[in-house]
Amino acid sequence: MLSRDADSLYWLSRYVERAENTARILDVAYRMASMPISYNGVETNEWESALVTAGGIDQFRAVYGDATPANVIEFLAFSEANPSSIQSSFDTARQNARSVRSALTSEMWEAINSAWLDLRRYRSKKINVEDLPRFLNLVKEASLRYDGSAMRTMLRNDAYWFSRLGVYIERADNTARVLDVKYHVLLPQDAAVGGGIDYYQWAAILRSVSALVSYQWVYHQNLRPWLVADLLILREEMPRSLAACYAFLSRNLDDISHRYGTSGAAQRQARATHARLANQNIEEIFQHGLHEFLQDFLAENNRLGQAITNQYLG
Amino acid sequence: MAARAVFDEMSGHDGQSRDAYRVLQDWLKSAPPHLLEHRREEAELFFRRVGITFAVYGNTEAEERLIPFDIIPRILSGKEWKRLSQGLEQRVKALNLFLKDIYGPREILRAGIIPPELVYLNPYYRPQMHGLSLNSDIYVQVAGIDIVRVDDQDFYVLEDNLRTPSGVSYMLENREVMMRLFPELVGMQRIRPIENYIDELLGTLKSVAPSSSPWDPTVVLLTPGSLNSAYYEHSFLADRMGVELVEGRDLFVRDEMVYMRTTEGPKRVDVIYSRIDDDFLDPLVFRPDSALGVPGLIAAYRAGNVAIANAPGTGVADDKAMYSYVPDIVRFYMGEEPILKNVPTWRCREREALSYVLDNLHELVVKEVNGSGGYGMLVGPHATVEAREHFKGRILGNPDNYIAQPTLALSTSPIFTETGLAPRHVDLRPFVLTGRDGVRLVPGGLTRVALTEGSLVVNSSQGGGTKDTWVLSE
Repeated sequence: MLSRDADSLYWLSRYVERAENTARILDVAYRMASMPISYNGVETNEWESALVTAGGIDQFRAVYGDATPANVIEFLAFSEANPSSIQSSFDTARQNARSVRSALTSEMWEAINSAWLDLRRYRSKKINVEDLPRFLNLVKEASLRYDGSAMRTMLRNDAYWFSRLGVYIERADNTARVLDVKYHVLLPQDAAVGGGIDYYQWAAILRSVSALVSYQWVYHQNLRPWLVADLLILREEMPRSLAACYAFLSRNLDDISHRYGTSGAAQRQARATHARLANQNIEEIFQHGLHEFLQDFLAENNRLGQAITNQYLG
Repeated sequence: MAARAVFDEMSGHDGQSRDAYRVLQDWLKSAPPHLLEHRREEAELFFRRVGITFAVYGNTEAEERLIPFDIIPRILSGKEWKRLSQGLEQRVKALNLFLKDIYGPREILRAGIIPPELVYLNPYYRPQMHGLSLNSDIYVQVAGIDIVRVDDQDFYVLEDNLRTPSGVSYMLENREVMMRLFPELVGMQRIRPIENYIDELLGTLKSVAPSSSPWDPTVVLLTPGSLNSAYYEHSFLADRMGVELVEGRDLFVRDEMVYMRTTEGPKRVDVIYSRIDDDFLDPLVFRPDSALGVPGLIAAYRAGNVAIANAPGTGVADDKAMYSYVPDIVRFYMGEEPILKNVPTWRCREREALSYVLDNLHELVVKEVNGSGGYGMLVGPHATVEAREHFKGRILGNPDNYIAQPTLALSTSPIFTETGLAPRHVDLRPFVLTGRDGVRLVPGGLTRVALTEGSLVVNSSQGGGTKDTWVLSE
């Protein structure tokens, strides 16, 4: 297929995924912020952590100053100045979709286009904090519909694989950021920060990648911070874990190389990261430092994205 | 031309139902009052969801807009279509022979039938095409011929579109919508199908591939990109044909061969269905500032390593000054009388015609010879005195640039409005495909309709709409 089309598909999927992730982050900030301070352990500005997780805090400070709920919602959901706001993400996704119309199934196009039309109705009016959950739900449903129609209607060929690569690179990036912003609450209990009182913070981390219920099914016990990290980093059965993303990434890249009859740096890199995640346990990760591990992972994930671009999309 | 009442496609001059419309009219009489309104809403929803939009130049507010769709079909009898299609085939064959001649031996100039300056000074004449022997001898693979009528006898050609005619996606989608919305009505008569257009188009494009190309040549559709007003159509056609939709930057030329950049490396291209103006095809040959084109493309084309459809330089045959000579062109190459009529045309380049035009502006339509889309024209009877005076100045400034035609009493066809059915003026653009193996024509075309009462301007860029067009079997 055309490199430009593959590139559009890849970014289309990344931006839809990004919009959904931002919606989840806002959702969690909204929940946490509405809890009495004593439940949060220490006084935290949940709206500010939302900014840190989603990225763009410097840009936010330059424009808005204070991280008030209204400002953060405006910046993360609607701001045109923020290229990763939900609204901008859908604008970019739709632009990519338009330029690659012929590689999309009509179901995928309709999912993107109708979501874009629906979201546009929110753009003009100031949204209240009370309206936020309904808006966020709309975003999550749009992303589900897009993902579902891609899975159910696309031919299993390179177009499909490139669009999946976008989903998993973005998803891995998001999960790693969610963990990294809150890594201090996941550190062992005897450490200075945190304590049992961080329960709601752990729950929030799980919720922001919709894994709260999955946790119970996997571990059958109360929330333990190292198990939260285990679930989101190493467990392949958890679809948003780093390990699962890399299982998908290396499988999709292998599918491409089988079809094309050649493989390259992207395949090697994905396979190496996948193997490393499969061979590690959570104790080792904590010993070497969770924050360092996540920072390394984010850089590596970025490099894989670059390798995919160089090899196929340029 | 007719001075009596405007001819209506459904009810003729006298309000009697015409044969082709009888089933429709009976059905309309028996339809429950709110049915049509309901179906109209469904149609709009369908178009909006599918994203069949149209960009209007110079209108940033509505970057994408729907072309209004009217749910009442326009119907032609089998007999009418037969005559029309014979005329179209004759005309397009002649125009292809004309182009081959103009870029070859120029017999028609030597015979004194066409003033040479109309060719050589034409901005769409491409000297680069001269002496080039095309593998297929076909210059215009896809033609959109605009047809109007004023009575039930004759078809008039309003315009030949031989460069990058658009609208065929609306023709196809309109039918899809009608089949969905009105299954009962569609089932009551024999309507000739048009969905094979896509196959015919692909077949036509493959048939003109260079002789050196493989058994199954690689076809691509070249678009200026997603900001172009017809982008929806480009992606629609590429998708339906199963060919890549490329922009200039996706293609490159090496050793006079054209390749596209794919995820598997460079891939050879044999046929380019071009939807960009000649001017932008190749910055080495045409406009050097063009970022849309492919450097070296024309060299590859001249080397016979790639086919471009339509060929560069076809515009010389479709401007409005050349238009007035097409009946002579048909006689010269075909040795036959033209089946389709031309609208009488005054060429302002001719002194007598010019003074007639200036004296009679109030009853003429004046057009720029190279204009399209309804831009830069004056509809005399509807213009204010000041507008006419202003336009007079423009004509006098450059008479060669203008032609004038009588304002025809274009036929009407009923549309569905808030207050019920009402007649509106229509035209018809059938699409004529010409490959190495002959002319292919699907029965129908795009009916464009002026939505404002009394308006004669059907262009979608000027607020016109479209209808499904039914050709009944004989």
